[in-house]
This record gives sequence, C-alpha cells and structure tokens, in this order.
Amino acid sequence: MIGLADLYRAQFRTTLATQLQYRVALVIWLLGLVLSPVVYLAVWRAVATSQGGAVGGFTAGEFSAYFLATMVVNHATFTWIAWEFEYRVRQGTLSPLLLRPVHPVHRDVAENLSFKALTLVVVLPVAGLLSLAFRPTVATTPWAVLAFVPALALAIALRFAVEWTLALAAFWLTRVEALNRLYFLAALFLSGQAVPLALLPAPVRLLADLLPFRWFIAFPVELLLGRLSPAGALLGFAAQAGWLAVAIALLRVVWGRGVRRYGAVGA
Amino acid sequence: MTFLRLLWLHVRIGVLNELQYRGNLVVQAVESLFGLASALLGLGIVFAKTETLVGWRPAELLAIVGVYFLVGGITRVVVQPSLARFMEDVRLGTLDFALTKPVDAQILASVRQVEIWKGIDIVVGLGLLAVSLARVGESVGAARALAFLGALAAGTTIVYSFLLVLATCSFWFVRLQNIFVIFQSMYEAGRWPIGVYPPWLRGTLTFLVPVGFAITVPAEALVGRLSSATLLGAIALAVVAPFLARRFWLVGVRHYSGASA
Repeated sequence: MIGLADLYRAQFRTTLATQLQYRVALVIWLLGLVLSPVVYLAVWRAVATSQGGAVGGFTAGEFSAYFLATMVVNHATFTWIAWEFEYRVRQGTLSPLLLRPVHPVHRDVAENLSFKALTLVVVLPVAGLLSLAFRPTVATTPWAVLAFVPALALAIALRFAVEWTLALAAFWLTRVEALNRLYFLAALFLSGQAVPLALLPAPVRLLADLLPFRWFIAFPVELLLGRLSPAGALLGFAAQAGWLAVAIALLRVVWGRGVRRYGAVGA
Repeated sequence: MTFLRLLWLHVRIGVLNELQYRGNLVVQAVESLFGLASALLGLGIVFAKTETLVGWRPAELLAIVGVYFLVGGITRVVVQPSLARFMEDVRLGTLDFALTKPVDAQILASVRQVEIWKGIDIVVGLGLLAVSLARVGESVGAARALAFLGALAAGTTIVYSFLLVLATCSFWFVRLQNIFVIFQSMYEAGRWPIGVYPPWLRGTLTFLVPVGFAITVPAEALVGRLSSATLLGAIALAVVAPFLARRFWLVGVRHYSGASA
C-alpha cells in the first residue's frame, strides 16, 4: 500500500533530478525573479529620497527591507500552474494524470514544494547579497518573526489553491493567456509587489483587503518586518484561513465540473 | 539596398503568414493593453506621492514609457523572432540553407522572421510619445526632433548589435533559447529612468545590457534633457557596436560545422 507520503517523496526525488538537469534555465529564471523587485525597490527608494527621506511611513531603508522580503515571499508562494494547465488540457497530457489513483493536485503540490526547496538555497544568499547593496533597516519583534512562519505556510497554501483553481479555467477556455495576464496584473498591484499597500489610495486599499492577493504576499511581509499589531496579525491569520477554506471549496467544485468537460484531445 | 529589399520581402511573407491567425491580433492587443496598464498604474501610484522622480516630471517619464514600447516593439517585430529562428537553425543544423544563399547571412538571419502583430507595441509607443509631448507643452524644434531620431536610431542599433552578439553565442552553446528572456527582464528595468538605480546597476544597464542607451537617452533627447556629449557618445557606440558584433558573427560562422558535415 503506497501512502501519500511515499508519493511526495518520489515526486521530490524526480523534481530534484529534473531541475538539476536544467541549471542554466534555473539561473535565467532567478534573474527575472530578482530584477523585478529590485526595480520597484530602486524606484521607491528614489521617491523616499525626493520626499525628504520617507514617504507613507517608509524610509529608504524600510523600502529596501520591504521589497527584499517581498522577493523571498513571492518566490516561496509563486506557482506556474496557470500556464501549465492550459498545455495539459490542450495537449491531452492531463489524461495519464487522471489515471493515477490520487487527485492530480498532489503531484503539483509535491513538485512545487520540491522546486522551492531547491531554489530557496539560491534565493536566500541572493537576498543576503542584495541587502549588502541596499542596506535595509528592520525594526521587528521576536513574536512577529515567529508568527511569520505559520503566515508564510498559510500563504503558500492559499496562493497555490487560488492559482490552481484559476488554472482550471483551461477546461472552458482554449486560450487562458488573457485571463492569466489580468490575474497577474491585479496581483502585481493588489498583493503589494509593486508598492506597499499603505501607499495606495483608500478605495484601492479596501479592494486589496477584500481580495485574496494581499493575504499571500503583503501580510506575511508586513508581519515579518514588524509593521503589524498583534490584532492586525490575528485578523490576517483569520483572513488567510477564511480565504483558504473558500479556495479549497471552489477548487473541489470547479475541478468536479471541469473534469467532466475534459475531452482528452490528443490522448 | 539589398537589406531593405529583403526586409520588405519578409515583412510581406510575415503579413501573409500572420493573416492566417487573426486571433493572434486579439491576444497581442490584450498583451499590449495589460503592459500599458501596468506601466501607467505604476507611474500613477509613484506620482501620487512625489512631483518628480530623480528630476523627471510625469509627462517626461511618459516619454520614457513611450520609447520603451517603441524600441521594444521594433525589436520584437523583426529582430528577436529572426534571431530566435537563427538560433534554432544552428541547433538543428538547418542554418546551412541560409549560409548557402547568395546574400549576406547576417542580414538574412536578422530579418527572416517578421511577427507583425507585435507592431501594436510600436503604435502604443508612438501614441504615448504624442501624449507626452502634448503634456510637456513645449514645441519641439527641428534640432530636438533630429536629436531624438538620432538617439533612437543609435539606441536601436546598439540593442540590435547586443542581441546579435547574444544570438551568435549559440554557435558555441547550442541551447540558448532562454537568453532572450534574460534580455527581456533586463529591458523591463528600462521603463524607469536609469538614474533611479544605484551606480553598479546603472553601469550594468548602460554598458553590459545597453538598456540606458536604448530607452533613457532617446527619451532625454525628446524632452530636451540630453547633453550633446551623451548624444555623441551614443552615436559613437552605435558606430562601433555593429562593427564589433559583425566581427564576432564572422568568427562564429567560421566555427559552425553544419548538420551533415
């Protein structure tokens, strides 16, 4: 009897072996991951400097800390499933996955986690090097750093569930490109990747509170940097848990309906 | 002249090809639209908090975004797809067919593939430049227009030479498809004036990956912030860079052994 744990272990080994074959691709992907936060970091540092040292409660050093933490959290949480699922449905490569006796989501979870475990070994030193260049200032508390760990775990689960559900749109649409682009545009501004949410106008901030994006990037980042009160942290955990429950429920419903529409083209 | 005739020929083939896939127009339009939206939202949020960014006023920064789209569009319509096809040809050995043709192989490899829908970015870029000029509110004299065109031509030439050097590397490293992805993410840093970056990154974006020459310098020319020394420097580099890229290309071609050989 093979349990889920064995499945995850096996997937971990295969992913590791596969990724180590494509070392150059890893480096290229890393450059993209690093450059985008560095661009926003530099821009906001310049804004802070031109406003006499601080803007919206952020000094230049705090912007550095914010965007470097965002880089790490974004790396830990990001998924590529929205692009891959379209390919699976269009090319019919979903079919063999359906034949396996476990839900296909497990394979993706395992693959995602093992990829992150591998790349975090590179991302953390890179973040360290960048902090030498950008000199972040952090004033956090021990409880906030401790609370960051479960917040990050919930953030990974939440973003994965949301984006896996979004990817299922491929069952109904042949080209999901436009939908994905819209999603990533919304995520860029509402999750706190392009700008700390505190600097957005009030109506947009309200929108960010109501949508899930903020809870899988900005919330863990602000928590880690000690920018949240204990009450704010509790509210954040509640929002994460609530959205996670909604996303998993949606995932099950949408998957059930979508898989019935699947025509297994090419299989 | 051969160059222009060849380019025109491949533009026509490209048009005929892409007219079969009219849906791609919609996909490309959506892509350009979201690219534009993200650029403008970024500008909007930044300028809600400050009047100037390293000395650039909002309307002037719009010129940078315009040049970003314009030069990006130009390279994505013809240069990038052609060089991508060239690298694939090296990998498969089918470059033989290009090398045996009676025209210069470098020219052929640089214009062979035209993706016209990417031209939407050129239109978007020109539109942004027009809006920027109207907002800046000064009339652009002949001298400034000439400086802009010169800087734009120089920047495009420098970027072309850079991409040619990258692509030529595929003679030695066969699988290099992703190398343009690196360029793309570096290029995106050019949506902001390179003055916002710390010196080490500014140096990288000027001399290692010539994004500064491609975007910031032409935009500076248009809004009248360009010193004649920088313009002369850009033009000098635009003369030297293609020459060096050409030398490198020739070395690479000599290194190519073909598929069947």
